[in-house]
Amino acid sequence: MGQTITEKILAVHTGKTSVKPGELIQAKLDIVLGNDITAPVAINEFNKLGIDKVFATDRIALIPDHFTPNKDIKSAEQVKVLREFAAKMGITHFYDVGEMGVEHALLPEKGIVGPGDLIIGADSHTCTYGALGAFSTGVGSTDMGIAMATGEAWFKVPESIKFVIKGKKKKWVSGKDLILYIIGQIGVDGARYQAMEFTGPAIKDFSIDERFTIANMAIEAGAKNGIFGVDEVTLAYVKGRTIRPYQIYESDADATYVRTIEIDLADVDMQVAFPHLPENTKRIDEAKGLKIDQVVIGSCTNGRIEDLRIAADIMKGKKVAKGVRCIIIPATQQIYKQAMNEGLFNIFIDANAAVSTPTCGPCLGGHMGILAKGERSLATTNRNFVGRMGSTESEVYLASPAVAAASAITGTISSPEEII
Amino acid sequence: MNVNGKAWKVGDHIDTDVIIPARYLNTSDPNELAKYCMIDYDSDFVTKIKTGDIMVAGVNFGCGSSREHAPIAIKVAGISCVIAKTFARIFYRNAINIGLPILESAEASEKIKEGDELEIDLALGKIVNITRKETYTATAFPPFMQELIEQGGLINYTKKKLGTARL
Repeated sequence: MGQTITEKILAVHTGKTSVKPGELIQAKLDIVLGNDITAPVAINEFNKLGIDKVFATDRIALIPDHFTPNKDIKSAEQVKVLREFAAKMGITHFYDVGEMGVEHALLPEKGIVGPGDLIIGADSHTCTYGALGAFSTGVGSTDMGIAMATGEAWFKVPESIKFVIKGKKKKWVSGKDLILYIIGQIGVDGARYQAMEFTGPAIKDFSIDERFTIANMAIEAGAKNGIFGVDEVTLAYVKGRTIRPYQIYESDADATYVRTIEIDLADVDMQVAFPHLPENTKRIDEAKGLKIDQVVIGSCTNGRIEDLRIAADIMKGKKVAKGVRCIIIPATQQIYKQAMNEGLFNIFIDANAAVSTPTCGPCLGGHMGILAKGERSLATTNRNFVGRMGSTESEVYLASPAVAAASAITGTISSPEEII
Repeated sequence: MNVNGKAWKVGDHIDTDVIIPARYLNTSDPNELAKYCMIDYDSDFVTKIKTGDIMVAGVNFGCGSSREHAPIAIKVAGISCVIAKTFARIFYRNAINIGLPILESAEASEKIKEGDELEIDLALGKIVNITRKETYTATAFPPFMQELIEQGGLINYTKKKLGTARL
């Protein structure tokens, strides 16, 4: 019987020829990731095991990105735990301020993750790397701590949902709109414990940056992982970039899926997710006109170069509306430099937007753009839970970089069509 | 093992940001985290509950961030067990790994009312509602997870495994 790409990757890493949904397996890991919030807990758990070295110094990534550059003394102490552990263990992939970026933009950019890999990260958005045809999933700190010691983790093989994407994208519609549309359709637990596999004739029209955005938000539908097959777009990105050999897997034609969901892009408009769940999506024309206080363009979801280019195209020669703070956060140092060299910062700064060094910052209500009671932010981030960006009486609306940029200019939730 | 206590009902899709908001995640001290358990859902939660009390939730409990600080905060705050219709997968995994008892039961989630006195046999997944004189059965754990739970979490399980490997 045929297998899905998810099943194939899990099987290979378990030393089996096949696995089936529901099966509990112990699998070998290619990369184990943690950040400044989750890794200190993981390191503490690791230390309880009574061993003095990690399973492989080049297979662990420690990325302090959430509260960095350190927002307060406690955060500084947390990052110090990572820095000292990395030095003691000789961990290759520790990237401090100046080299670091938002982990899920940084790892693919540096070629640390690639097609066919099995990756766990103590961060729920670890599912991002599924864009490259890898199996990648978020876990907690104890899993991470043990994985740093053993290079293994237990998994329940997930069932897969097949999304067949067809048709043509409408003007301004991006990967963010597609994933928000899907979450709106199936709900925040619509893919709970399952793999979301994105297929279909229209996939070729989604850039690698858009695919990262789509896979990134699989967790917002409760999924274990989001995954794409490998095509020319993937190969163009990974060739010459990955630091280990990669392996390409594809789903068999007779693989078993728990559900198949067809989506015609003719039905997908620009989306805005209303508070306080990512499933509360509306079409842009149903959301227009709502007054906002802040716009955030960045995060592991939408802080990549293409996102910044789209925002710059819309903001060029215009000014951010009075009363709105527009905060733009390139996700990595390389994206930062590229955006600077392309002149995007001139556009942003001339528009009165603030440009920040890479950080997760406001996405999780950490720092660099916290909301007061009664304030409303439109953000390209991934979650709009109660209190996510600050006060429990503030609101977060999720949208694409195009909608975010347009809204920053008008001061209300807007479509780019209104200003271009 | 048996636990007993009063039921505290919470809703659907309780996310880890309300269980323990990110503004308290600049520490990993369990006692510090426990002080703020559920603060953005009910700011008096930790003062209202007594050690041993039980949280009873709707669907998708623990969705969102992978922060293990969430089950840690619940456990250290004194909650002896979380019952839900369904759990989000990372929370489910984390709870088992750190030894916070969790049970999945749609019937219990629907029938238990706030303040009901409950007695739970964790090994059997049997939930007795003393107040309403009802009994509900939770979904059984697969044997591997049962073993993890019995050994008090993944660290103990792994220590034993690593120890065995060295012999």
